[in-house]
Amino acid sequence: MALTTEPPTRAARAASAARTVRPRRGGIGAIDRKRQRWGWLFVAPFAVVFAAFLIFPLCYAFWMSLQTSTLAAGTEFTGLANYVKAFTDPIFLGGLGRVAMFALVMIPAQMLVALVAALVLDNLATVLSKFSRLMIFVPYAIPVVIGALMWGFLYSPRFGPATDLFALFGATAPSFLDQSSIFGSLVNIVTWQWSGYYMIIIYAALRGIDPSIYEAARIDGANSFQTALRIKVPMISSSMVMVLIFAMIGTLQFFTEPQVLRGIAQGAIPISYTPNMYAYSLAFSYSQFNYASAISFALGIIVFIGSYVFLFLTRKQSGLK
Amino acid sequence: MKSRVLAAVGTVAVAAMALTACSSGGAAGGGEASCTNKITKTDVPQVTVWAWFPAFEQVVDLFNKTHDDVQVCWTNAGQGNDEYTKFSTAIEAKSGAPDVIMLESEVISSFTIRQALVDIGEFGAADVKDKYTEGAWNDVTSGDSVYAIPVDSGPMGMLYRQDLFDAAGIAVPTTWDEFAVAAQQLKDAGTGGVLANFPTNGRAFNQALFAQAGSVPFEYDKTKPTEVSIDVNDDASKKVLNYWDGLVKADLVTTDDAFTADYNTSLVDGTYAVYLAAAWGPGYLQGLSDADDTAVWRAAPLPQWDAANPVQVHWGGSTFAVTEQAKDKQLAATVAKDIFGTDEAWKIGIEQGALFPTYKPILESDYFTNLEYPFFGGQQINKDVFLDAAAGYSGFTFSPFQNYAFDQLTEQQYAMVQGEKTADEALDDLQESLTKYAAEQGFTSK
Repeated sequence: MALTTEPPTRAARAASAARTVRPRRGGIGAIDRKRQRWGWLFVAPFAVVFAAFLIFPLCYAFWMSLQTSTLAAGTEFTGLANYVKAFTDPIFLGGLGRVAMFALVMIPAQMLVALVAALVLDNLATVLSKFSRLMIFVPYAIPVVIGALMWGFLYSPRFGPATDLFALFGATAPSFLDQSSIFGSLVNIVTWQWSGYYMIIIYAALRGIDPSIYEAARIDGANSFQTALRIKVPMISSSMVMVLIFAMIGTLQFFTEPQVLRGIAQGAIPISYTPNMYAYSLAFSYSQFNYASAISFALGIIVFIGSYVFLFLTRKQSGLK
Repeated sequence: MKSRVLAAVGTVAVAAMALTACSSGGAAGGGEASCTNKITKTDVPQVTVWAWFPAFEQVVDLFNKTHDDVQVCWTNAGQGNDEYTKFSTAIEAKSGAPDVIMLESEVISSFTIRQALVDIGEFGAADVKDKYTEGAWNDVTSGDSVYAIPVDSGPMGMLYRQDLFDAAGIAVPTTWDEFAVAAQQLKDAGTGGVLANFPTNGRAFNQALFAQAGSVPFEYDKTKPTEVSIDVNDDASKKVLNYWDGLVKADLVTTDDAFTADYNTSLVDGTYAVYLAAAWGPGYLQGLSDADDTAVWRAAPLPQWDAANPVQVHWGGSTFAVTEQAKDKQLAATVAKDIFGTDEAWKIGIEQGALFPTYKPILESDYFTNLEYPFFGGQQINKDVFLDAAAGYSGFTFSPFQNYAFDQLTEQQYAMVQGEKTADEALDDLQESLTKYAAEQGFTSK
């Protein structure tokens, strides 16, 4: 909710909240304060972990990003210079362009697979549907690194099945790890891995719809295709928006799959393939921890603004308004 | 109810995670590191060592058995870049680095510039200078400063499949011109294999091939850490890269990435008839699976540009350095010096790890010269190939940002084999990107 309210409204609301709290605190006092103390106690375990493992590292990284450290000249405080450099760095911008391309192809692909699977499973009520549901979900249960390694072997011209399969028809298998085909190969891995998870979210939303609505639709003469498209899809639009946000953030932070595949395709996947990989290699291969922090924060800002704008634009569908 | 139980489970899980995070952090900081090897003498000081030498566990056990004043606690923290990444992070974090670390000579400058290595000259390392070959000693020193103790080196030779050569009627090439002819002959024989592979991610391998034609890519002195000069697009490098580009364009060699599962299998199953290798190459080959049972391997000298004036080059070569985080630097320096400082340790290294020593008492011994290698059908590969290759080596200078330089080289060479650039353009672009990077990092060129 807070996400979609504009800053002035939020400030106004905070002010009004403060107004309503203050007289109560002055009035009833003791019992409420005691309650609040208990409240803090219950929040404390989470708050400590949250502060220690998220807030503190974030602040530290931000502090690092304001300094510039070079191999020869040492470290100095340079303010926002690293950010200026990041947003004019062709490698960073190129990586952003690449993940934007991934977003354009990968997100629709995943959502389409997830939606179709969920709609089909929602219509079936056999043992087979339970089994299929599990099977579609299973790739998500496989750790990302293992999944990427596995696909690496499947893509391999020597160990993969493609060479033999194509040979059956007397053809040569395409090379999945080439510069020209690595994009599609990565899209395939991610779609395989994540569609099942999104399917479960959408499926759960579908199960939450009151069946009497379907009955009404049937009486009005809608066939099951029309029910799916005109009734079900609009009614689960808030879940779809959520899935889209997940997918978008995941794609902008694309890292694990290309990083793992880089082990077998170093030419086709350069170290700066995605912004996250760029930040990783800057920090851990070239020991430019400061600039890497700036790149990470720059990416974080873009992800935050992107999600915010998207949630604002879809506030009607997501039910946030 | 269910959700409350779930919430409770969640809280416990988070708390448990937080606790384990603390305890593991405490162990790393407190120096109670866990060792891969078993230490029996627990009441003497320990020195932690990171290394990935093959058969190193036996060497460590030997050291610990023969020393009562110090024990080595060894960890394999990954090979090459995997280890360097961890070391680099430990330097930044100012804790977590071992006392003694195995480094290839190509990265020593990259760590001296970060003040991560101790000058062990004053801890007795300067006294052992005469025990090591001149080239290996040059690689680890600057003037009187000693930044590491040399261990093994990688003089290059050509390992080839005698059986495949015989079947295709190919004579062993001694020059690169003959090498190209042999590549054509093997292709014409139609076995489906190629003579050799030219990996675009060969890094120090590619660099060594350039160096053979006379390339001196970097000038750098560790005692003047902010000055570097870069010359990667010289005529020698261009000649070599154009030569390989020609072989690639004619489909006479493949361009598979090195050090992948595919590449490893191709090395031993007959896909490549030649493995242009360093002296540690035979050890690498023996560790690979899916080998061709009928393979007959032999070693020959690396082909030359000018047979009348042969030039020998090195690929790889490792050292032991003492880190700034070492608790007892004198003790750590002693371990770095002594761990491969005996004939017994070297016999393990040579016979089980296939290492090529820089330690002269072994290198110049009859034992090593006349050693017969079962993998090569009893060939005395040291006498035939590698001792000659090692003899002329006088050291090689790498840049203080070598990892970046190698990554850029990989990118440019890949663009070349993809047909996006000529060899000349690739090296010119490499020169430009490295010069720019050096300036960004605050270096001045000499």
